[in-house]
Amino acid sequence: MKRGFHMKKKLCGLLFTALLTMAVLGGCADGTGESSGDNSSGEPKGSIVVGIQQDIDSLDPHKATAAGTKEILFNIFEGLVKPDENGNLIGAVASDYTISQDGLVYTFTLRENVKFHNGNAVTAEDVKYSLERVSGLLDGTPLISTLSAIQSVDIVDEKTVQVTVGSANTELIYSFVASIIPAGSGESAEANPVGTGPFSFVSYKPLEGIVLAKFADYWQEGLPQVDEVNFKIVNSADTALMELQGGTIDLYAYLTDSQAQALKNSHQVIASPSNVVQALFLNNAVAPLDDVRVRQAILYALDKEQINDFVGGGAGTLISSAMLPTLKENYVDLNDTYGTTANVEKAKELLADAGYADGFDLEIAIPSNYEFHMQTGEVVVEQLKAVGINATIQAMEWGTWLDEVYNGRKYTATISGITCDMTPGYLLNRFQTTSKKNFINFANEAYDALYLKAQETLDLTEKAEYYKQLQKILCDEAGSAFLQVPANMTAINKDLMGYKFYPVYVQDMSTVYFQK
Amino acid sequence: MIRSKEGMSNGKWNKYFVAGLVMTGFAIVLGIVGIFWTPYSTTEMSAAEKFAGPSLGHLFGTDNFGRDIFSRVMQGLGTTISISSLVVLFSGSVGILLGAVTGYFGGLLDEAVMRVTDALNGFPSILLTLVIISVLGSGKQNVIISLGLVFVPSYVRIVRSEFIRLRDMDYIRRARLMGVGKLRILFVHILPNIFSVFWVSVMIGFNNAILAESGMSYLGIGVQPPDASLGKMLSDAQGYLQSAPWYALAPGLTIVWVVLGFSLFGEGIRRWSVSRNG
Repeated sequence: MKRGFHMKKKLCGLLFTALLTMAVLGGCADGTGESSGDNSSGEPKGSIVVGIQQDIDSLDPHKATAAGTKEILFNIFEGLVKPDENGNLIGAVASDYTISQDGLVYTFTLRENVKFHNGNAVTAEDVKYSLERVSGLLDGTPLISTLSAIQSVDIVDEKTVQVTVGSANTELIYSFVASIIPAGSGESAEANPVGTGPFSFVSYKPLEGIVLAKFADYWQEGLPQVDEVNFKIVNSADTALMELQGGTIDLYAYLTDSQAQALKNSHQVIASPSNVVQALFLNNAVAPLDDVRVRQAILYALDKEQINDFVGGGAGTLISSAMLPTLKENYVDLNDTYGTTANVEKAKELLADAGYADGFDLEIAIPSNYEFHMQTGEVVVEQLKAVGINATIQAMEWGTWLDEVYNGRKYTATISGITCDMTPGYLLNRFQTTSKKNFINFANEAYDALYLKAQETLDLTEKAEYYKQLQKILCDEAGSAFLQVPANMTAINKDLMGYKFYPVYVQDMSTVYFQK
Repeated sequence: MIRSKEGMSNGKWNKYFVAGLVMTGFAIVLGIVGIFWTPYSTTEMSAAEKFAGPSLGHLFGTDNFGRDIFSRVMQGLGTTISISSLVVLFSGSVGILLGAVTGYFGGLLDEAVMRVTDALNGFPSILLTLVIISVLGSGKQNVIISLGLVFVPSYVRIVRSEFIRLRDMDYIRRARLMGVGKLRILFVHILPNIFSVFWVSVMIGFNNAILAESGMSYLGIGVQPPDASLGKMLSDAQGYLQSAPWYALAPGLTIVWVVLGFSLFGEGIRRWSVSRNG
């Protein structure tokens, strides 16, 4: 009896050891098996699964703020105009538009045969309702701040809508990508989003994902090509890698360099410049970061080249202010201001000046679902240590981060990315003192004044000049430590064709199809 | 007949005990040394040495930031062992106190404490720690507090049942008749007699604490980077299983080593007490 019991224990121990070892080794085995199995079946799939990094903040297209949400809603909703893959605006719900000489009146001609997912044709009434809703004319609270410039929306005839704005702004046309929704549907948009996009909404499960189905009456002939798109939330980058390898997701953007390397043989891995500005954001209103010298010291302490090398495999583009180098005329290279490698002496000198010769404690909040930012954090902590700043990482769940850091501004420093749409002013807009999106609490009167000037001028060269000055202020005042524009590494199932890369943060699923 | 039985069990506990002692001793020494000194810095990064395989210079190779994995395993061991020790210390002492009082006196207090432990046992322990962590926030102290709380019920139950077994024994009755104080009976007369059982559960608890801490760090709610922890290293290594298998193997096998060591140690103690008590 006794002996048997001991044997059992021994066996249990052995089994346990074996199991743990297998758990460690397990991942090695399932590298190539599944995807080749799929190939042999030959039947083109009508449904694709796209891995996304985070949950959706709102299904109401006018209220969604997270870039990760907008990239999905792009498939359900359309504005009067929409961006194409070259960064140009093309007509969507509107087939054509004209802007008056003084830049105050926009006239949109609605496209024939554009239908909502509920089957109704889009009327001028719907357009009027949507624009009045986002501009705040309906209930006094503008949902999209740039469109609060709209003073009136008039229906000229069934197919023509005239929009009058208060002041001329050459970039305002880009804001008319704001989604058109059926008149009066604002209240129900959250539960039952109805738009005119290539896919209609099917279901949404928090923390799981969102399912879209092909919209048969879409105005663009032949699109979309697949019957169903499933945006599946994959919280950790490691899980995403395994799901890609296992074939349970077909497409995943925003891979880290090492993941891209691991997938090189089994998938199409494509690098494209992202439109994300990655930065170590510093809360300008919180001690000790309210001292410009401390912020500058941090900037001197950082080695951007090393960060890019470790985290992005050297594929990113180093920056020093909030502008994408791809927006050529508006971009100014400020990398010499603090250098792209660490200047420890200079940083220590500034810290001593500011009264922090012995350094200080700094907590960096990072949304933990972004492996890229988490890894950047580890490198940043190490670099700051060299100048005596004792940084620690506070990993946060995405929702908490959004509440506390981005919206609540209760943080000292954070690593994250801000996205840019096609307007160069978009990235600079948020750093105005009173901007709702100014989560770093940047406060600079010269900046505010200059931004207003940039908005007022109709001359594009002059505007670009103002933008360059704005970038310089943001950089000199060390508003935040802008690090890089990471390369966007996307892994795509080898059978999946037609995926388009946009210079804006969207995932267009309408053109994607399975070969064979 | 008696002698041969004794000889057999003696021979056995020796083997288990010695093996456990050697394995855990080695790990503990490595961990304690790791708190104060490691061959390389555990956080310093080096682009040139990214993903170097195991060699004489780097016993377990290097990770994605070019950090020495052996040094990080040493530090991780230190973190894991210190967290687990504090967890066991906390839950063990609370367990003894509650178990002794409820087991010896019984009554309403016993009923109340038992129902609370029932409730705690009703939750999966990882869920309970998740709840506590989400209230308190992540970090080392909170991991200790939450795991400590979660592990209390198991000790309470073991200690309580031993106290119930012993409280009506003749020698205790006699002590009571002689007017020995209650506290003295609890902690001088009964407690020493449950130590062998208690130590076994401490060893098992230690193992559970190590696994739970690694699990929590693996899920990203335990020790925060860049501090090394075995669980966190395991989760970081996951993405590099094919390109750098040593990265995952080092912390994985270390966990196996420590857990196996404590299991053997506990088994050794159990056998020793069995052989001693007959």
